Amino acid sequence: MSNDIKQSLQKQGNALAKTEHQLAVLKGGIFASGELPTFAQKISESAQLPLRPRKLEILQINLGYMCNQVCAHCHVDAGPDRKEIMTRDTMQICLEVIKNTGAHTLDLTGGAPEMCPDFRWFVEEASKAGISDFIVRSNLTIIRANPKYHDLPDFFKQYNIHVVSSMPHWTRGKTDKQRGAGVFDQSIEALEQLNGVGYGMPGSTLRLDLVYNPSGAFLPGDQASMEKEFKHALRDDFGIYFHNLFAITNLPISRFLDYLIISDNYEDYMYALVEAFNPAAVANVMCTNTISVSWDGYLYDCDFNQMLGLKVASKIQHLKDYNEDILNDRDIVISQHCYGCTAGAGSSCQGVVA
Amino acid sequence: MAYYNEKDLRKFGQITEWSEELGTKFFDYYGKVFEEGALTSREKALIALAVAHTEQCPYCIDAYTTDTLKRGVTKAEMMEAIHVGAAIKSGASLVHGVMMMNKVNKLDG
Repeated sequence: MSNDIKQSLQKQGNALAKTEHQLAVLKGGIFASGELPTFAQKISESAQLPLRPRKLEILQINLGYMCNQVCAHCHVDAGPDRKEIMTRDTMQICLEVIKNTGAHTLDLTGGAPEMCPDFRWFVEEASKAGISDFIVRSNLTIIRANPKYHDLPDFFKQYNIHVVSSMPHWTRGKTDKQRGAGVFDQSIEALEQLNGVGYGMPGSTLRLDLVYNPSGAFLPGDQASMEKEFKHALRDDFGIYFHNLFAITNLPISRFLDYLIISDNYEDYMYALVEAFNPAAVANVMCTNTISVSWDGYLYDCDFNQMLGLKVASKIQHLKDYNEDILNDRDIVISQHCYGCTAGAGSSCQGVVA
Repeated sequence: MAYYNEKDLRKFGQITEWSEELGTKFFDYYGKVFEEGALTSREKALIALAVAHTEQCPYCIDAYTTDTLKRGVTKAEMMEAIHVGAAIKSGASLVHGVMMMNKVNKLDG
């Protein structure tokens, strides 16, 4: 899987930019023929259908699909050419929800969430509204991309933001292959800056976790073993520290789905996901305690469903109508991409779940 | 009938259906061998990759190439492991040259 991608699928006019086309792929082929069970069939075997939410704990807000990188695996199809960005008006509605929600964590993602012009304002206002548990999913290179972002580590520190950053490998070659030329060196510089203000250091309360996702058509290895390898290599080679590694499975949607199909790996990958299905992981998948909010205020069971255009199966589908009790009384929308979250030890934005 | 079919690797577990006790014992043993122990499972995967090549088993090469990738092993590490296997394999041939030399020396020394 090499990164010679310069534009989003949307900008390229690729058919897979259309969510209905992706959903047709996921519903057809080996699943339509019965060669492999659908996700609904699989979880019904373990009496887990319908999948229902537990208590809402995390509001994951996608501030927009704009990003300074164009990563080969990106499920958002993010990039510099994406213009979908959350406006301050939508943020105001988010803040009203934040004042009344039972969720304790605000998880900000993108794209590069920091590129949203009102990112800092939103964090400040959410903090005033009572949020103390922030997560920002930072791609690291944004910190080095432009002088206006160089002070992000200090801003993160000011609000005690838990920083979760992508780092596909501890070597330059594998990282740049997935995320683009020069990304590894910029990421190392950003990690040095974060360590410099205390992030990720042993014993520090400034949380810095890294996210590993495979660079090709294979599932992630054991999270604990990978964490040891990452820690050892980053400390010895660069003097860099971080707290935990989250091993995340690539879900077969958007650019990764495009890659699987083009490289003739789609069927084998789906076989691998289905064979690795773990019923124990189903109980704790992230959609059971998280609501995903899109840049334009719509509600989804997870960020992946958001990218597939699968809104929550509820009469409450937008922040302006938000009612947590009604929203929590719903069935979670599923399709075959959900196998990605239930393979092996499971996969979520917080890493393994089983 | 094809001698090797990559889709057959998915059916490996089915050998248990024709001999449940032995198949189950084999897979229990196999699983135990690859658990973390005095060696890490990453080190074991690299050994398995090298042996897969000396055994020239296409299924094993398929399985342990994927497995080592999953464990974050780099291309350079994978190729070095294969060279270790190849070196032992060629060394095993060459060391028998001593036997040849002994015989020559005895017959025509």
